[in-house]
Amino acid sequence: MTAALRFDPIRLPEKCEQLRKEVRAFLAEEIAAGTFDPHKPNREDTDAPEFSRRVGAKGWLGMTWPKKYGGQERSFLERYVVTEEMRVANAPTRRFFVADRQSGPVLLKYAPEHIKMEILPRICRGEICFAIGMSEPNSGSDLFAAKTRATKTDGGYLINGTKIWTSSAHIADYMIAIFRTSPPTKENRRHGLTQFLVKMKQPGIKVNPIGQITGQYEFNEVVFTDHFIPDDHVLGEVDGAWKQATSELAYERSGPERFLETYYVLTELVRAVGPNPDTRSAEGIGRLVAQLHTMRRMSVSVAGMLEAGKEPVVEASIVKDIGTVWEQQLPHRVRDLAAFVEETATNRETLERQLDFAIKTAPKLTIQGGTTEVLRGIIARGLGLR
Amino acid sequence: MAESDNIVVETAEKIFADLADPQTINNDKTNAWQAPLWQALSEAGLPLSWVPDDLGGSGASLADGFALLNAAGRFAVAVPLAETMLAGWLLAQARIASPEGEMTVVPASPKDRITVDADGALSGRARGVPFAKAAKNFAVLAHGKDGAVIALIDAMKVRIEAGLNVGYDHSDTVTLDRIQPITTKPAPKGLDQTTLMLMGGVARSLQIAGALESVLDISVRYSNERVAFEKKISKFQAVQHNLARLAGESAAALAAATSAADAIANAKSFNDEVYLEAASAKIRCAEAAEKGGGIAHQVHGAIGFTMEHILHRYSLRALAWRDDFGSESYWAVELGKLVASRGADELWPLVASR
Repeated sequence: MTAALRFDPIRLPEKCEQLRKEVRAFLAEEIAAGTFDPHKPNREDTDAPEFSRRVGAKGWLGMTWPKKYGGQERSFLERYVVTEEMRVANAPTRRFFVADRQSGPVLLKYAPEHIKMEILPRICRGEICFAIGMSEPNSGSDLFAAKTRATKTDGGYLINGTKIWTSSAHIADYMIAIFRTSPPTKENRRHGLTQFLVKMKQPGIKVNPIGQITGQYEFNEVVFTDHFIPDDHVLGEVDGAWKQATSELAYERSGPERFLETYYVLTELVRAVGPNPDTRSAEGIGRLVAQLHTMRRMSVSVAGMLEAGKEPVVEASIVKDIGTVWEQQLPHRVRDLAAFVEETATNRETLERQLDFAIKTAPKLTIQGGTTEVLRGIIARGLGLR
Repeated sequence: MAESDNIVVETAEKIFADLADPQTINNDKTNAWQAPLWQALSEAGLPLSWVPDDLGGSGASLADGFALLNAAGRFAVAVPLAETMLAGWLLAQARIASPEGEMTVVPASPKDRITVDADGALSGRARGVPFAKAAKNFAVLAHGKDGAVIALIDAMKVRIEAGLNVGYDHSDTVTLDRIQPITTKPAPKGLDQTTLMLMGGVARSLQIAGALESVLDISVRYSNERVAFEKKISKFQAVQHNLARLAGESAAALAAATSAADAIANAKSFNDEVYLEAASAKIRCAEAAEKGGGIAHQVHGAIGFTMEHILHRYSLRALAWRDDFGSESYWAVELGKLVASRGADELWPLVASR
């Protein structure tokens, strides 16, 4: 076989189910206390620093990390359960989500010990927010075209240039970014980029919010002007960021957030059609649930492989490709099915409001964190086509 | 499941490789390959995998049998292996011993119903029964005044109108007109026609997933050989992206089918969670058969549309298997009804149950 893709049927262990109950109980309390409204999916409007700290206090941030850095040394499958329950509840996770999923693991792998000791426990306590500085005005999917310069100076680097589409940069305490330390070589156009830890809210950094078509201000332009970064904030090999970027992608690409982004419209549709749906609604819901279930089983399977120490990069790309295309189409399919919902359905207004938001959200889902085109390129490489 | 990791699958794969090579079979217009293949499978005890030793079978686990069906799908095996396995499984549920030879199950559609009279005679019509024409005996699930029964009947006693499915395999209409079975026993509690359809549907899902694994493999290989516009067609981004989508469909089918098989193999009963798994597998695998098979044909161009080429052995069977034991439309309606009856707030707990 040229393509030995594996999606072994992983069953979540018993301790996950106990944890799931705890997370549901916690979220129910938060909802009751008015922290957030699960029927309002535009959670990015809610910046919830106190909620973030309470999630940290539960031990649910950095939960797979070593205890000496504030982690719990729990499994990826347990983290998976926390993530999916938060997502389905529309909890305001923006403050901690990036740090927990991505930035923390990068620091764990590449930061010097004293930085790890300083920052990781604060992520685990839900105190600090991270952004990711990858895209630039002329460098999106083509990561290695990045031009923002890091010029060597006494004791560190001076940063000049612009990052763009940087989610949460306006509230972030830190950013993990790639900057150009050397020009690319003839042999390797990926050479010359270095990963840095950037402390935000410092001189030489200006954050300009950018309005999105949803009406939200979630991403930003970040302009660096002679911003100083000390030497010990270099993450990994100078000029060698390209070697560091790939294996982490499996974590970033296969999680439940890659197919649950618009899930709420499906729940609300089921509520709207009631216990005795007509054949058309029943078939539509049945298909969507079958597709959702399949993606979740694929995603859990990848989590299980990660837990087992494998690097299922192609499988993870498949999950994100199928998952994001699905969550992008979901509001439109639900809209089709909702066309015949009775005028008297009590949640009609909620469903319509959610659809309005989901339909506006949908276009970004196949762009952020690796476009569909990039993912299919990775899958094609895995198949031996390039 | 590219590498076999159990002895049942290893044995089967060896037999398939020796006696069910797709190109050899495709070139053979006489069906002379069928008898030696069936004989080898029978000698290895594979058709009665799910029948305990004391009932005449080889007593393999449900999990091993499911893995065997996935392997059979990878070779698009066109003998009644899956059907005999299902028939043996059904008979074993009522502790009825399995005879030798090919069998199939009646009914094979959730819409058809066989009834049993007070004197034990069976009546009814079942359409789309796979390999009925090749079967020596049928395992029948029938309903009567006192509940469901499982029966073994002699194929000679029933009327069979032969038909072919879109994959050119037998899919026949079976009519039972007050047939006296060889043996009848009450079905165990909890086993009804829905259970049989879910079990059959998961078998078909595994076969579809296996066929799509091969479809992907064949398509990738072809794209790396075929040259057009002075380069291999695998170097065109449009072709790469199509094949990436095919890989996604193949992966989704495999994940859905193996997950459902695992759920059934470890379930104490056919509860809502198992229903979700099995119905979803059939729905998603059927969708993958359409989308994935379509891409494979597009990649192959005209050559894949010929009888000479082996692609259709997989692509058409995958499409045909959608129809058996309830189509994806049927299961989608049923699953939709189940979800609606449980209510909106019970959807996520159901999806997140494993």
